[in-house]
Amino acid sequence: MLLRESEKFPNYNFRSYALRRVRDAFKDSKNLSDAKSIKKEYEFAKENLAIIRRQVLIGDMYKTEKLVIENMR
Amino acid sequence: MFRFTKNTIPLLSKTLIKWTSQAQDKRVLILFQGPRLFSDAVDDKYSLKHEEIGRPLYFDVQATSPMDPRVLDAMLPYLVSYHGNPHSRTHAYGWESEAAVEKAREQVAHLIGADPKEIIFTSGATESNNISVKGVARFYGPRKKHVVTTQIEHKCVLDSCRALEGEGYKITYLPVQQNGIIRLEDLEKALTPETSLVSIMTVNNEIGVRQPIEEIGKICKSKKVFFHTDAAQALGKIPLDVNKMNIDLMSISGHKIYGPKGVGALYIRRRPRVRVEPIQSGGGQERGMRSGTVPTPLVVGLGAACELAEREMAYDHAWMQKLSQRFIDKIYSKLTHVIRNGDATQTYPGCINLSFAYVEGESLLMALKDIALSSGSACTSASLEPSYVLRAIGADEDLAHSSIRFGLGRFTTVDEVDYTAEKTIRHVERLREMSPLWEMVQEGIDIKTIQWSQH
Repeated sequence: MLLRESEKFPNYNFRSYALRRVRDAFKDSKNLSDAKSIKKEYEFAKENLAIIRRQVLIGDMYKTEKLVIENMR
Repeated sequence: MFRFTKNTIPLLSKTLIKWTSQAQDKRVLILFQGPRLFSDAVDDKYSLKHEEIGRPLYFDVQATSPMDPRVLDAMLPYLVSYHGNPHSRTHAYGWESEAAVEKAREQVAHLIGADPKEIIFTSGATESNNISVKGVARFYGPRKKHVVTTQIEHKCVLDSCRALEGEGYKITYLPVQQNGIIRLEDLEKALTPETSLVSIMTVNNEIGVRQPIEEIGKICKSKKVFFHTDAAQALGKIPLDVNKMNIDLMSISGHKIYGPKGVGALYIRRRPRVRVEPIQSGGGQERGMRSGTVPTPLVVGLGAACELAEREMAYDHAWMQKLSQRFIDKIYSKLTHVIRNGDATQTYPGCINLSFAYVEGESLLMALKDIALSSGSACTSASLEPSYVLRAIGADEDLAHSSIRFGLGRFTTVDEVDYTAEKTIRHVERLREMSPLWEMVQEGIDIKTIQWSQH
């Protein structure tokens, strides 16, 4: 879910960072077992999901042309 | 650009001279037809055409960093809905703004291990530095008239010191070693009973070296001298603790830690109390040290950026290390005569200052149009003078001219680093191939031994 929304960032740098950060955060908490910290991480992820959704909207409103590196592919 | 043509035209005309005796006429002709002839006659690698389209990559994070979307998300409610003046005590608009400002103060304080009461919001690190340097020196001026700083400080500290010199204070500018780090013995020798303040930056903005802040703090504490550090480039990137490091004043900038521009903070120790003479007179906000209404949205953004920095510090630092190692390895594997300015280990990895010998920095910057780079600090990027920081670390004039700062940040990607490294290598090779100096070096002539005439 977080990844799918992060994919929508119009800005190349923000998009790459969001994808990388979400993946690494999931990898880090892969081994969590006690219910309390899982719940905490879940709440944190939900908060971040809301942030990503709002910021993607804002990014869409103020899009710029693409970076050199995006146009190469 | 002129150098470019200057070097290529003789090369081209040399072959033409053989064909015709009227070389002079031809040379004029070549000048006009330059670009066309050039692309026909010379290998494609000399071409300066920018085939790629799009916005340049951002590699100047030391100048300013892009604002993190999470920071903007925290700020927006205070730009849109909660517009109250945080100093209004008579209505709810004021209270909610005040609560937000106080929360931000806590976030900033927590990052540096301080008490929230010791944080003062300013307009940026420049103002914080001014308040610290001038404020402390002037307040203790009647008894102590000496300030110690270094030669590689940011312009705003050096300029504040210059202003103090005009007022009759004595300033010691400590020299730095070749690697950009001060000698602790020099500092100890410089301190006198007259000294009121030592101001040394944590991480240098141009070469990225980290000064031994903890040791400096210890020396200052033992000599009972106030210690100010400009941590604009260091905060949120390396762990800082004002109590562990004995820092009495610390300048903080918002826009270097992925926060908003136009806001900064100053840490001023309360126990033992450091007193400053305020620069700005007014309503006595921020404990009377910095009057003027606190800008709630900006301060909230700074607070959010600090909280993020605290949470992401280890993650970001590992990323920086990975990227800078990748970048440096790439450059070193393909190019020789590249010098890294500043210490290789005592440094912040996100700031890489490289000197490419026998290449002029400005022409390389021009060639690397699709990468946003700078040769030094943004404040001096308009002038062609070599940086005073590089001169302070004893870099030769020609190397100081050929240096470029690569700034990596939280949002830099591996692909960007690869692209930049490849482009840099290509253009350095191209420019060197055109340079007569490089040719001489390849033939084994030591450039320094040449007696240049007519100079």
